[in-house]
Amino acid sequence: MAGFQYFPHTEEDIRAMLDRIGVSSLDDLYSDVPGSFIYDKEYDLPDAMSEQQIRDFFDRMASLTPRKTVFAGAGAYDHYTPSVIPYITSRSEFLTSYTPYQCEISQGTLRYIFEYQSLICSLTGMDVSNASMYDGPTAAAEAVRMCISATRGRNTVLVSQALLPNVREVIATYAKYSGTVIKLIACKDGRTDFADMRRLLEDGDVAGAIVPSVNRFGIIEDLDGFAAALHDAGALLTVYCDPSALAVLKTPGEWGADIAVGDCQSLGIPLCYGGPYAGFMACRNDYMRKLPGRIVGQTVDKDGRRAFVLTLQAREQHIRREKATSNICSNESLMALWVTVYMALMGPEGLKRVNELSCEGAHALYDGLLATGKFETAFKAPFLKEFVLRPLCDVKKLQQTLSDAGFFGALLTEEGYVSFCVTEKRTRAEIDALVETVRRAAL
Amino acid sequence: MAKIIEGLRYSESHEWVKAEGNVAVVGVSDFAQEEMGDITYLDMPMVGDEFAAGDEFGALESVKASSDLYCPVSGKVIEVNETLEDAPENINSDPFGSWIIKLEMSDPSELDALMDAAAYQAATSK
Amino acid sequence: MKYYDKLIFELSKPGRTGYSLPEPASKDALSAIPAGLRRESDTCLPEVSEPDVVRHYTALSQMNFGVDTGFYPLGSCTMKYNPKINEEIAAMPAFSAVHPLQEDIPGINEIIDGLDHALCAITGMDHFTFLPCAGAHGELTGLMVMREYHLRRGDTGRTKVIVPDSAHGTNPASAAVCGLQVVEVKSGPDGLVDVESLRPLLGDDIAGIMMTNPNTLGLFERQIGEIAELVHGCGGLLYYDGANMNPLLGMVRPGDMGFDIMHLNLHKTFSTPHGGGGPGSGPVGVKAALADIATSLKVSGFHGNFGVMLRAYAYILSLGRQNIRLAGKLSVLGANYIKESLKDVYKLPIPSVCKHEFVFDGLVNDGAHDDVKGATTLDVAKRLLDYGYHAPTIYFPLLFHQAIMIEPTETESRETLDAFIDIMRKIAAEAAENPATLHDAPHTTPVSRPDETLAARHPVLKWQDSI
Repeated sequence: MAGFQYFPHTEEDIRAMLDRIGVSSLDDLYSDVPGSFIYDKEYDLPDAMSEQQIRDFFDRMASLTPRKTVFAGAGAYDHYTPSVIPYITSRSEFLTSYTPYQCEISQGTLRYIFEYQSLICSLTGMDVSNASMYDGPTAAAEAVRMCISATRGRNTVLVSQALLPNVREVIATYAKYSGTVIKLIACKDGRTDFADMRRLLEDGDVAGAIVPSVNRFGIIEDLDGFAAALHDAGALLTVYCDPSALAVLKTPGEWGADIAVGDCQSLGIPLCYGGPYAGFMACRNDYMRKLPGRIVGQTVDKDGRRAFVLTLQAREQHIRREKATSNICSNESLMALWVTVYMALMGPEGLKRVNELSCEGAHALYDGLLATGKFETAFKAPFLKEFVLRPLCDVKKLQQTLSDAGFFGALLTEEGYVSFCVTEKRTRAEIDALVETVRRAAL
Repeated sequence: MAKIIEGLRYSESHEWVKAEGNVAVVGVSDFAQEEMGDITYLDMPMVGDEFAAGDEFGALESVKASSDLYCPVSGKVIEVNETLEDAPENINSDPFGSWIIKLEMSDPSELDALMDAAAYQAATSK
Repeated sequence: MKYYDKLIFELSKPGRTGYSLPEPASKDALSAIPAGLRRESDTCLPEVSEPDVVRHYTALSQMNFGVDTGFYPLGSCTMKYNPKINEEIAAMPAFSAVHPLQEDIPGINEIIDGLDHALCAITGMDHFTFLPCAGAHGELTGLMVMREYHLRRGDTGRTKVIVPDSAHGTNPASAAVCGLQVVEVKSGPDGLVDVESLRPLLGDDIAGIMMTNPNTLGLFERQIGEIAELVHGCGGLLYYDGANMNPLLGMVRPGDMGFDIMHLNLHKTFSTPHGGGGPGSGPVGVKAALADIATSLKVSGFHGNFGVMLRAYAYILSLGRQNIRLAGKLSVLGANYIKESLKDVYKLPIPSVCKHEFVFDGLVNDGAHDDVKGATTLDVAKRLLDYGYHAPTIYFPLLFHQAIMIEPTETESRETLDAFIDIMRKIAAEAAENPATLHDAPHTTPVSRPDETLAARHPVLKWQDSI
């Protein structure tokens, strides 16, 4: 047998082990499998690669993946990742551990999740956070379920048309099979239309509504009155938000929301073609026992030392089984550590500065692009780092021109606007270069 | 050996009922609390809620289990034992003293369908 | 492991910074944002320096146990070695800097297509969707495929799904949130699905069956061929829970056993690190007739956990057509070796040959006598921590009261298994002699037996609650 670096067995080991078991060959260990199910053909896989061949293969794939300067957002933001983070998260005690079921040898994981929960609560203004979800859109879909289970007997959830398309799609997919009715709240002037929501509430059966804090046009929503209207109707308010922006923007808690969800990606997680990211989900104390997913709590051990454990497990799928309202089992633990370290490094001032720099850059780009004459204003409304413009040019050509110049931006929205995003990573020179590219191009 | 009290009626889902005129006082049996282990949380209905016999009216949670509570008889909730909200452990220490809800029965004859102490004894010692 | 009692908030000192960012150009860079839309309250984010952060999280990591720390025989979780090259591949800037909506990316497309092709070759399915981010997420997606298949045929009455009583807890939960009613099928005394109990459950209200094979007892469901025929015969589909795929690697393909839909846990079978509970990846594979449905289901934000997929693909390329032949076999070898070496001191309820894992039902002699309580499975698990091992999965599956579920994986040497066997025997001897030693375990860990009842009765779920 040729050696394989991950399998430690020598011929002699295998022989000795088979002897102890009392069988004569490895194939005998499959004597319980009907012969017709044993796959005896050659597997249609490449020849085994050495480590160097693997590196060469992925280097080649990397060379086929052009690197762009990112001026796009739409749910994935190119914020800077401090070097410390991957050093910490690649520590094998974190990286190669399982879910902290054995709390005595998992205090590291349990403590950072507790810190994560504390930070998410603080950013969102909520009372309780879980240990994280798969991503923002799935967290939103779970929020729909939570609204339903918190308001017994109701089966409709209102979803703002101003939410990102992928958030709406995931909500719709989950809702279709669980039988939940989703009604869309229209947009008006680039914002969630409050009057339309009130109208939908009058139809009754509404368990809750999900609206964005910063919407897909980049506009910061004014959610004054939303919580009151929903609460008057016995329904819950869920706010979908960008946690990075919550360092400076009014929080779901301040808007009176019951549930806050969103994607942690903006807290220094690399774009990585869409994942892994981590969703967050937090709520008011009233709904603590309806919150899906894992939760870490503080307690003391038998000698009185502060200790942390997975808690409130009676909510979870492995106990509730067919009575479960969520089937989520694992969280995105390592990504929760990632954003915890990020928030620790940034602190209140650093995270505020990320927003200030992004906001300045975005407004500079906005003004610069308008000045090219190739766009006009879509909405007159406050934005932070992302905005849309109405293009006066061919969008396909615009996108190609940007791509040829090494930029990724000008995403087309459902209405035909183009959206741009600027983070603190984008320098003034890059912003000017993009504007200059657009100005010069014949579009 | 779990304690069983004479004179109460018992359901298959381990609730006990004590009839006081038209009112049913409902709790969970000693057997049930032993099976659950340390009870950490009790989800209770609101006064005024109406249930048919067999409906879920709440839930018990322990560290590693969750168990729904089923209404042994039909009726309207007229009182809930609020002291249990802060001290669910009382169900462990005194299950028969820790009533959970009081129901105004709509059909007291439903009591006859429940087990008496001897039948419940037989059912739980299997 | 050393006990370290700080939380990051407790290291905070006003004025310290852990970031390096330029100054904004203007004094009020947020002037474009009206006051009414701005945050009013302070945050609890700590003010700490970079060295503070590094020391703190390093100290936390030292209270953790990973596969690199030692043997991790956690049943059902497939805790195999996580190759380091895969981490380097996943961190390559060429991949980590790509925005998910970028389209001009032939390199990434080739990787995803290659992984799809490889997983199909390994499992006998025809197409995989990578959007599910974890095993349970894959189950849910797979059941959506099942429901959609029936709905598109106008067969709306199929609202029930059959799940064996030995199933992973996520199975019934996934079914419930997918709007399906769970019908449980019992296991026979041999631990396998009882075909005669299954037969009467089948009808035109059955959407399908969810099975894992080998099942959670580590036993191969020999009658899977007949089960597939019966379920297909009633118009249902077969779903394969890929959590137990590892022993089949290189030997048996779910697609050949009659399964129509399956998920894989890339973080189990294909060695991507578990990360303390994620990120995982739970791609769903389907037969050709279901490919359009699988592709159409939008179950997560972008394309799934691409970073995890990169690692899994690197692992598959290292296995290649040659090494994959041994992967499953060696995992089965290890499991049977432990089982045969311990069955005289731990109760083995079902003595047949196992696959990658098996289940004991507590100690043969738990030391109980007179007023002394015997040692439980929990005690054995906690005592293992003292000896430097992660515990097996305990109290699952629910079929046995004292279940100890052991899964060694193919990356553990005979010496590692021998040392573990010795310790398990030593613990059994300790239990027989003086079970009290075990009731108090663990003795050498940073904390011991935290009060879970207190945690649940009086929840302290964030730092602000505790001060």
